[in-house]
Amino acid sequence: MEVYLDNSATTRAYPEVASLVAEIMTKEYGNPASMHLKGVEAESYIKASKKTIAGILKVQEKEIFYTSGGTEADNWALMGAAYANARMGRHLITTRIEHPAVLKTMEHLEEQGFEVTYLPVDSLGRVYPEDVQRAIRRDTILVSVMYVNNEVGTIQPIEEIGALIKRIDPRILFHVDAVQGFGKLRLFPKRWNIDMVSVSGHKIHGPKGVGFLYIDDKVKIQPMIFGGGQQKNYRSGTENVPGVAGIGKAAELIYRDLDEDTKRLYGLKKRFIEGLGQMDQIYINGPQDEEGAPHIVSASIAGIRSEVLLHALEEKGVCVSAGSACSSHKHTVSATLESMGIDKQLMDTTLRFSFSVFTTEEEIDYTLQCLYELVPMLRRYTRR
Amino acid sequence: MFTAFLIKYAEIGVKGKNRYLFEEALVRQIEFALSKVEGEFEVRRTQGRIYVDAVSDFDFDETVEGLQKVFGISGICPVVYVEDKGFDELCKEVINFIDQVYPDKNKTFKVSARRARKNYPKESMEINADLGGVILDAFPEMRVDVHKPDFILNVEIREKIYLYSQILPGPGGMPVGTGGKAMLLLSGGIDSPVAGYMISKRGVTLEAVYFHAPPYTSERAKQKVVDLAQYVSAYAGPMKLHVINFTDIQLYIYDKCPHDELTIIMRRYMMRIAEKIAGETECLGLVTGESIGQVASQTMQALAATNEVCTMPVYRPLIAFDKQDIVDIAEKINTYETSIQPFEDCCTIFVAKHPVTKPNLKIIRAHEQNVFDKIDEMVEEALAGREIIEIG
Repeated sequence: MEVYLDNSATTRAYPEVASLVAEIMTKEYGNPASMHLKGVEAESYIKASKKTIAGILKVQEKEIFYTSGGTEADNWALMGAAYANARMGRHLITTRIEHPAVLKTMEHLEEQGFEVTYLPVDSLGRVYPEDVQRAIRRDTILVSVMYVNNEVGTIQPIEEIGALIKRIDPRILFHVDAVQGFGKLRLFPKRWNIDMVSVSGHKIHGPKGVGFLYIDDKVKIQPMIFGGGQQKNYRSGTENVPGVAGIGKAAELIYRDLDEDTKRLYGLKKRFIEGLGQMDQIYINGPQDEEGAPHIVSASIAGIRSEVLLHALEEKGVCVSAGSACSSHKHTVSATLESMGIDKQLMDTTLRFSFSVFTTEEEIDYTLQCLYELVPMLRRYTRR
Repeated sequence: MFTAFLIKYAEIGVKGKNRYLFEEALVRQIEFALSKVEGEFEVRRTQGRIYVDAVSDFDFDETVEGLQKVFGISGICPVVYVEDKGFDELCKEVINFIDQVYPDKNKTFKVSARRARKNYPKESMEINADLGGVILDAFPEMRVDVHKPDFILNVEIREKIYLYSQILPGPGGMPVGTGGKAMLLLSGGIDSPVAGYMISKRGVTLEAVYFHAPPYTSERAKQKVVDLAQYVSAYAGPMKLHVINFTDIQLYIYDKCPHDELTIIMRRYMMRIAEKIAGETECLGLVTGESIGQVASQTMQALAATNEVCTMPVYRPLIAFDKQDIVDIAEKINTYETSIQPFEDCCTIFVAKHPVTKPNLKIIRAHEQNVFDKIDEMVEEALAGREIIEIG
């Protein structure tokens, strides 16, 4: 049995998305900038995608800008806004548990003369609005907080943070990395005082290599990619029409039955966590209730290095990831788990199980069965 | 501008009546190396020399790089072939040649002509003198130095006239295929690929064995070893990589033997298994990347303990190398970047915090008896179930 529980790394595309992408690549392959009919057709796919996404976020179509993915969206939001607003101040605020696409960009900005405050989190990975309030200074120009943490699934109080920031100083920009939140939870930038939102296509059953950045109309931002002046000169490069159409389709499908799907995913999560509880010395990282995202379970399985259990599960057809997939091949300590104060030895034993709309109860049960079999066996053999 | 290469070889020259075997092996290895290079080539052996003639357009740098991986080659001379259209034409060609090869004319030179074709109207000494004069007239900054010239312009009068002056260094050593076959114990580390490279430099063909321990070692760790074998095979030629699933054996030793002796006993079984495959595949010895004192399992005592189980010779070309020297070679043969990828190999997964560094043979032998009830069977099973991957 093949069970894919690594949906926070990437997801299987919806068949409708795949066929739409293939159709555009082979039949409607025009360049949207071309004046002939093929170009017009291509442009109409972009318009349709924008309409869908703008509808979901309840924003204007012209506020959606397509990128090569979540990383570019994060890079652009932070650098573009920081450089464009540097005259107002050079202080930025973020959290210690952001994705590297945000953290590394912040480090880069520090080298460029910006000052960054990194907010702590509690043992469940939660950021406190009071900490944001305390960190804000007269020269603060931007706050960036992720919607859902990619390693442990903690949902951050972005609505509260947004309101708070604007109450203190409406000029401070608020960016939300929603790569793990979009498609799992609802999000309304206008109502929640969010100025920029990053989203990735392949985390919502769309194509890889495409994402978007929502930029509120009144935000001052610099382009980071220069060229032919596409997307109103803000993000040059011929639009990735198949990708853009694909992410639009995926967004439409994932939000179609969201409430129902979310309820089902929380059910699976509960079932899985209860199942894990049948074994000794298993520690769940992050919130187990609805303060955590419905699709992520981070568990430390004491006594077994995560890499070993991961490969043992792999032999049974179950794909999971060790800590956070992006850092697993670098042998670095997870910044998220470290900030939550997780014991160092336990950190090395942490696996992330992440579900999607395609995940079934049967798959959850099979995974639990595998764990019941493997965990006692592997715990016998450890480094002494 | 060059259309051929004259291949110089050193040690082969002294092999007496076996010389043709060595030359044949060298030609074979050159052909293997050039099969991966853009362009078509003919390799020919005439009068104790090997020439590589390009018969199509080719990439010069890629060709030289390819030839520099063929053991047995001591030097590579890029050659220009000139049609014999009389001495005046030859003078023009020579001037053109020097002008292109030496943009900086502030050089000393001498001309060395040879007539393989004795009906050429001028004698060698005469050619030397006349061409020297022509070059001096054309490039007044150049000077003749017959003792220590910056370059020697070789002019060989054959059916065509061959011009060459540069000698690019070859890797030296002996052609692979002239020295028998050995079994390389390949881990994912820095040392073992270098050891394989060094042994094959002496003309030895390789097979390799890798001990895989899923789920403790990953599919990526195995892919890394395959990649390393590919890099080694660029020099050593095609080889077979035997992948042994070592998990059960390792866990059984873990269960039955003292933990601080685990690595030594495990390595004794690796040597035994490697020797068995070596015997089956007509290998004459084992090759490891061990170096005295590098880690606990490579002290002289530990080496003695692992060596004891083999009757075949174990070749350890790195035995007296410092780590940095090994790293230098790894960088040269392109394996370093791959070797340092951080995947666990089966030697490190259960390593004790304080492994024995001076194992006592008697004690090791005694403790090893704890696994005797089942281990032979497990070894047979591992051997029978091995995966064989063709490399190169």
